[in-house]
Amino acid sequence: MLTKRIIPCLDVKDGRVVKGVRFVSLRDAGDPVETAKEYEKQKADELVFLDITASHEGRRTMVEVVRRVAANLFMPFTVGGGIRGIGDIRDLLNAGADKISLNTAAVNNPKLISEAARRFGSQCIVVAIDAKRRDPVGRLAGMPVGRETRNRRTGKLADRQTNSWEVVTHGGRKPTGLDAVAWARRAEKLGAGEILLTSMDFDGTKDGFDIALTRAVSDAVSIPVIASGGAGTKAHFFDVFGCGRADAALAASIFHYGEFTVGDVKKYLKKKGVEVRI
Amino acid sequence: MGNLYSVRNTLASLGIATDTIGFADRLMRYDKLILPGVGAFGDAMKELRQRGFVGPVKEYIAAGRPFLGICLGMQLLFEKSQESAGVEGLGVIAGTVRKFSGRLKIPHMGWNKIVRTSVRSRIFRSLKKDFYAYFCHSFFVAPTDKKVVIGETRYGIKFASMVEEGNVYGMQFHPEKSQDVGWTLLRNFIEIC
Repeated sequence: MLTKRIIPCLDVKDGRVVKGVRFVSLRDAGDPVETAKEYEKQKADELVFLDITASHEGRRTMVEVVRRVAANLFMPFTVGGGIRGIGDIRDLLNAGADKISLNTAAVNNPKLISEAARRFGSQCIVVAIDAKRRDPVGRLAGMPVGRETRNRRTGKLADRQTNSWEVVTHGGRKPTGLDAVAWARRAEKLGAGEILLTSMDFDGTKDGFDIALTRAVSDAVSIPVIASGGAGTKAHFFDVFGCGRADAALAASIFHYGEFTVGDVKKYLKKKGVEVRI
Repeated sequence: MGNLYSVRNTLASLGIATDTIGFADRLMRYDKLILPGVGAFGDAMKELRQRGFVGPVKEYIAAGRPFLGICLGMQLLFEKSQESAGVEGLGVIAGTVRKFSGRLKIPHMGWNKIVRTSVRSRIFRSLKKDFYAYFCHSFFVAPTDKKVVIGETRYGIKFASMVEEGNVYGMQFHPEKSQDVGWTLLRNFIEIC
């Protein structure tokens, strides 16, 4: 059986890991290579590096980071964040990245997906989708969107809430008018090899993944879906793999702060009958 | 082909010197030959043909020299593929390459279990009877002679994830991305195969 993947995500700015990686064992927790090695030890299945650098010089730094990580890491890793065109993709793949994640650039120019897939192969093109629930009821009421009224296990919503999500960019600030499920389908048609799906409603809440969103997208496409946003407990992973039908789950802070390790999550999942690589 | 870099990196970390060769003229000078590869069957065969690799690679293998095909590089060893109709493969091992079908997520991407079906193969030295490795592919090999299969993996169906015929080895997964298991397999190939 294909195992469910657990994927830590590292934010990198100007060549340094940011957003508090707090491994006591590391000499330099800001060093992408050291942090990556630690996750390799924990038997993470893959890693994602998200480049949050804004400047042009920073982008060149990222290529250097990728080169150093690739020379020291023997597991698959994805690089995303601020990738604009074929040139960026080529540079990062040549530096040793296994997959490239496209977000805003793909929304602005969907042809980039097909062009990149044709040149480099679908297997290395991940389309990242940031989705936000279209939920006038919850929003007008000033409630945290789509939470309290949701059934935890089934992901079903109470009356008057719709299961509909919109693609957003710029950290959730910019709506695009695209339906998230339809966009995922289109990305697949254009040649994406995988979808990295982040719930902007749940990201950072530690309330669990958006099960309904993950399931809607996972059922709509026949490429793997990585669920992201909201991981707070080990049970959240179980839910997103089961009810959410995710193929992989991504998390950042819970791993960085050492609340539990990748291994802890896997042991828990295995006990619950989920196939994982221990 | 995409994973050249990581294969070389992993071998370098094992202290193995490698060259990337773009032309086939000096093939016989090398102790071992590895054909990594991601991408499409047809494109890869065209590239091999244009660079004059097909004859020399077959000669290399016929001379009994150790050869390892990884992912697409393994598929290229076979006669033909559903991925690229009408394209002739290297034809070193009898059989075809087929696409996964049914209600499966494709590509088959992630860590899956390889179950050894051969007890004798040297490539398995110091590995357990089953182990996990990283896969990323949409097509799989179907050898005519089941005896060449030394490892199997289940994804919807059971397919051949490792083959061995003479001194030719094929791995459908990526040993260069499979942490300690991958190291062991590559080291075994280099040291004892």
